[in-house]
Amino acid sequence: MSEHLPTAPAEPGDAPPAYPPPPPEPVPHSTAAAGGPVPADQRVVPLRHPWRWAATLAVLVVVAQVIHGLATNRFYQWDRFGYWFLRPAILHGLVITLQVTAWSAVFGLLGGIVLAAARLSRSPVLRAVSWVYVWLFRSVPLIVVLLFLYNFQALYATLSLGVPFGPGFVHFGETKLATETVVAVVGISLNEAAYAAEVVRAGVLSVDQGQHEAAAALGLPRGYEFTRIVFPQALRAIVPSYVNQLIGLIKSTSLVFYVSLLDLFGRVQTLGSTYPSDIVPLLLVATVWYLILTSVVSVAQFYVERYFSRGALRTVPPTPLQRLRAAVREARVRLAAQTAGVAR
Amino acid sequence: MNAVDKAGTAGASAAVGASAAPTAGAAGATEPVRPAAVSVHRAYKRFGERQVLAGIDLEVPAGQVLAVLGPSGSGKSTLLRVINHLEQLDAGHVEVGGEPVGVRRHRGRFKELGPRQIRAQRSRIGFVFQDFNLFPHLTALDNVAAAPVATRRAGRAQARERARELLGRVGLADRAEAYPRQLSGGQQQRVAIARALALDPGVILFDEPTSALDPELVGEVLAVIRDLATSGTTLIVVTHEIGFARDVADAVVFLDGGRIVEQGPPDQVLTAPRHPRTREFLSRVL
Repeated sequence: MSEHLPTAPAEPGDAPPAYPPPPPEPVPHSTAAAGGPVPADQRVVPLRHPWRWAATLAVLVVVAQVIHGLATNRFYQWDRFGYWFLRPAILHGLVITLQVTAWSAVFGLLGGIVLAAARLSRSPVLRAVSWVYVWLFRSVPLIVVLLFLYNFQALYATLSLGVPFGPGFVHFGETKLATETVVAVVGISLNEAAYAAEVVRAGVLSVDQGQHEAAAALGLPRGYEFTRIVFPQALRAIVPSYVNQLIGLIKSTSLVFYVSLLDLFGRVQTLGSTYPSDIVPLLLVATVWYLILTSVVSVAQFYVERYFSRGALRTVPPTPLQRLRAAVREARVRLAAQTAGVAR
Repeated sequence: MNAVDKAGTAGASAAVGASAAPTAGAAGATEPVRPAAVSVHRAYKRFGERQVLAGIDLEVPAGQVLAVLGPSGSGKSTLLRVINHLEQLDAGHVEVGGEPVGVRRHRGRFKELGPRQIRAQRSRIGFVFQDFNLFPHLTALDNVAAAPVATRRAGRAQARERARELLGRVGLADRAEAYPRQLSGGQQQRVAIARALALDPGVILFDEPTSALDPELVGEVLAVIRDLATSGTTLIVVTHEIGFARDVADAVVFLDGGRIVEQGPPDQVLTAPRHPRTREFLSRVL
């Protein structure tokens, strides 16, 4: 742009110049541009933020107080916390929580994808069925769904898988329709699928219409278009929402206690009634385990999001490890520069 | 049409493009594709209240380059999109290589084809979009190799090898592993052209291929299209680049209000337009 500016007024017969002639460049500017270090007295002084420092100090004091309180308040009984934290009873509960979460997450997502595909299909019947399903399971509280399933035997004496209205192939007996784990997984998956369906649908809708057109113009088969073109791009929008959903799911598994499945929370609850004096440390045990689970999911989320940002960002964000290395490198360079400055 | 003459004009007027597409001469290295003739018969298309195509008849002989000009809203893009059945006609039909597109004759009427057959037909018609529509999560190479693999025309290794060759042909051999967003607009459009070429189409349709580009990037894309013109593929180019139409096209069509107002060789339509509407348009664009 700037190369053209001087030529505009130079043209003969061009009475009012199209642009005012550029002002003469200040001399110090050009020396800086030449590549030499900027003299210290010409560097821009950054704005100071005194209130930011005051606020930081206030927050630090409050945080220190909270930590001090947590550590010294006898009410928390940290010795009992240590006693319970890795007890087999608690760990058994943790395994149940993990199992129910993992199965429900998988079935919920698969169900959600099917429901979303139905909702986005051209068939009005599929669209309606999908809509009604989502409406129903988003309206009914999870605890109600679980208790319904738990009392399923009372509603349907036997259940068979087979030809609709025809002969069945697999029969479930009257006495034990399903274990508590199955009831819990089915109930949570049914609920989860409704939410996952909306997450997946939003993701698919976020993909640009031009992508569908490009796939159509190239004659790509429909299955290929969905699995290789649309869905990978949709995942970029799906992953953050679904992880959010997943974290909610981890915590909602604590409801399976009501269908007599002893998950982490169930164990804590029963142990708490056996050892009433330890109820607070037991709750802390559950809290810390839920914190750990959520943290693991969050870390996984970072790497999954990073993977699916290929192509969407010009450069993928650095991992925390890469950022740490870069910070150390920068600090070292700055330190070296400072010592060199001092030496001079 | 004579390829020598065209190559000469291309070289003279596209100094930018010549350097951007260094392997322009390598077009002959690949096996020759049989160009397909395109004809449009009594095409009508309406969007709601608006008659977008109002009875278009058009013949593009195999191997010819047709430039489609016209003001915005004149039906240029729709005309292009009905040729590969991205839009369905209300009446009339399109033939590519002598075969009706998207429909089949049945007892004197046209019946719509199933999606599978339409896809097979589309894969023989290249389409280049105004805003590229590359797949952002795939590298340039995978963008080009996707369609031959998906349509089972070639194995993965073979498709990638051919994709590399095509990227070389549009002057991007060194950017094969880049993602679209790491490329300039001109480079993206050249990848999109390579992607369209990957299925060896008999005809390629360009929908304002340079309208989304910065002015200094237009030349490199036009150079690639010029190169294609000399290789004998049938090209239909909707464009606002009058100079390009004059240099490269064998024929020019001027559209207004969903009708063909004027058509003929570029010299005649562009320098001595007979219809007042064409004259008015050209005076505003030139």
